[in-house]
Amino acid sequence: MVKKHLPHKKNTLILLLLLVVFFSIALFLGRYPETGFMSPRLLFTDSLARKLVFNLRLPRLLTSLMLGMTLAGSGMVFQMIFSNPLVEPGFLGVTQGAAFGAAFAIIFLNPSIWIIQGSASFFAVTGLGLSYLIAKKIHFGGWIIRLILSGIAVSAIYSSGIGIMKFAADPMSQLPEITFWLLGGLWSVTWREFLVIFPISALALLVIYLMRWRLNILSLEDETAFSLGISPRKYRLIFLISATVATAALISVSGIINWVGLIVPHISRRLFRSDTSSSLPAAMLLGGVFTIFCDTVARISFAGEIPLGIITSMIGAGLFIFLLLNKNIKVQK
Amino acid sequence: MSGIIVELENISFTYVSENTQILKTLSLKLRKGEISTILGPNGIGKTTLLLIILGWITVKSGSVRLKGRNLEEYSRKEMGQLIGFVPQYEHISFEYSLLEYVLLGRSPHLNSLESPGKKDYQIAMDALERVGLEDYAERSVLHLSGGEKQLVLLARSLVQESEILLLDEPMSNLDLANKLKIIKILQTLKEEGVTILFTSHEPEIAARLSDYLILMGQNYTIEQGVVDDVLTSEKLSRIYNIPVNIEEINGRKIVLWHE
Repeated sequence: MVKKHLPHKKNTLILLLLLVVFFSIALFLGRYPETGFMSPRLLFTDSLARKLVFNLRLPRLLTSLMLGMTLAGSGMVFQMIFSNPLVEPGFLGVTQGAAFGAAFAIIFLNPSIWIIQGSASFFAVTGLGLSYLIAKKIHFGGWIIRLILSGIAVSAIYSSGIGIMKFAADPMSQLPEITFWLLGGLWSVTWREFLVIFPISALALLVIYLMRWRLNILSLEDETAFSLGISPRKYRLIFLISATVATAALISVSGIINWVGLIVPHISRRLFRSDTSSSLPAAMLLGGVFTIFCDTVARISFAGEIPLGIITSMIGAGLFIFLLLNKNIKVQK
Repeated sequence: MSGIIVELENISFTYVSENTQILKTLSLKLRKGEISTILGPNGIGKTTLLLIILGWITVKSGSVRLKGRNLEEYSRKEMGQLIGFVPQYEHISFEYSLLEYVLLGRSPHLNSLESPGKKDYQIAMDALERVGLEDYAERSVLHLSGGEKQLVLLARSLVQESEILLLDEPMSNLDLANKLKIIKILQTLKEEGVTILFTSHEPEIAARLSDYLILMGQNYTIEQGVVDDVLTSEKLSRIYNIPVNIEEINGRKIVLWHE
């Protein structure tokens, strides 16, 4: 008899609950009227508190939720597709491409949110496309190693491009903007930014979520996936484009946020095992929890905000070392 | 002719990157519900032949027909339902339970947005039971021995419920008892009407299990036919290029090879 049917449903619900709790608490945490937790009752009496919560904190929290879900979900997609637990969207020129695109928009184009997002998405997808095309032309090694090699090269070209633009940027106005953007943070997010990035990233995440079980099959050798009745190329492309577009959209408002896409899928697999029908939604929820937590720390721990990218890197890398030392990361080959 | 489920006609194939021709004007017919074995030295193209029937490798000249239709006319999903493939070895990167891993075989029966349901879990459990691993359903695939892994790969293809099963050296890592287990499973599948083609380095297993034998040798020579016609000392000696004798003990063929 089958003991366990649809696995991990209960744990997923617990995670969802945790996310709701984190979200609700973070909404009332801040530096008004004083540092710490603000009583929800204040909403009824204080119009400034209302404005603060609904016009500033809520869109920012929703964006950090989307950011965490997107980075963790995309990280999972990349790890499964490359059968490699140690990759994240930073591979294949996605992150550096988006960063280059944003810096390019800040310096040479009109630095409006739409232009920055468009330019970041364009260069992220171009980074993916370039990595893919170069990988197809390389004549040695397996497909995965070829793709990663060309991704590293494309990323390096983009980051030297960023270096040139930092060098060329106006040190008074543009350079600080690029620098802060490269560190990553959500302090400038309002409803406007959220509404710009939400439709496209939500759609891409929905595609990934609905097709998630197929990710398992893409982690197998290509001929095995093929023999199981799917075209690995076609599905790989659908997943990679969805993950890249969603990541680029978020990066265009948040700047570069590292480590979420690497560490969260790991934790999710530890808790839910590798089957993506449960580990992918879990990674998305955990990503939301993780990013909301980090962004809240970034927001309230000092009077001047710490860039979110610094916090995620610090906590993410710390957790990563912890997991490594615990021998919980199993990498064969 | 009726009963023919796989039909290769004048297949030639060259690996472009290595510029080596593997197959030359090979023709082959497999009958429904028969077990066939491919024997031949390493690197002669046995696996290539399986992958051509699978559709993974496309040939420039010659045709592959499955149930009377050209291979190219099948959709990926139809192919997945028609042909199962058991690779000789599979690299596993992530920690799945045996049950989750075997379930992946349901893929051709589910659409892109579906995850396996109750029925699929039951089929997967039955397959694990068939290979004798039902007690380990919740164990991790990362801790399997080479032989257990082969059993799991076979179980995954059982879950696929395909009409044709291609196996690449399915018994290469197995102990005697497990070899016998696979032989029995393949015999049962045959009784259920599944057509089986597997590669092997063990003529004795072919003698014991197969209806049809394909010997692949140097210079694109192919000997094929019913086992009694093809499994001879003379032919095996030629294929492997060493002296081989076939003795019969209690009605079973034993292969002896010398320097």
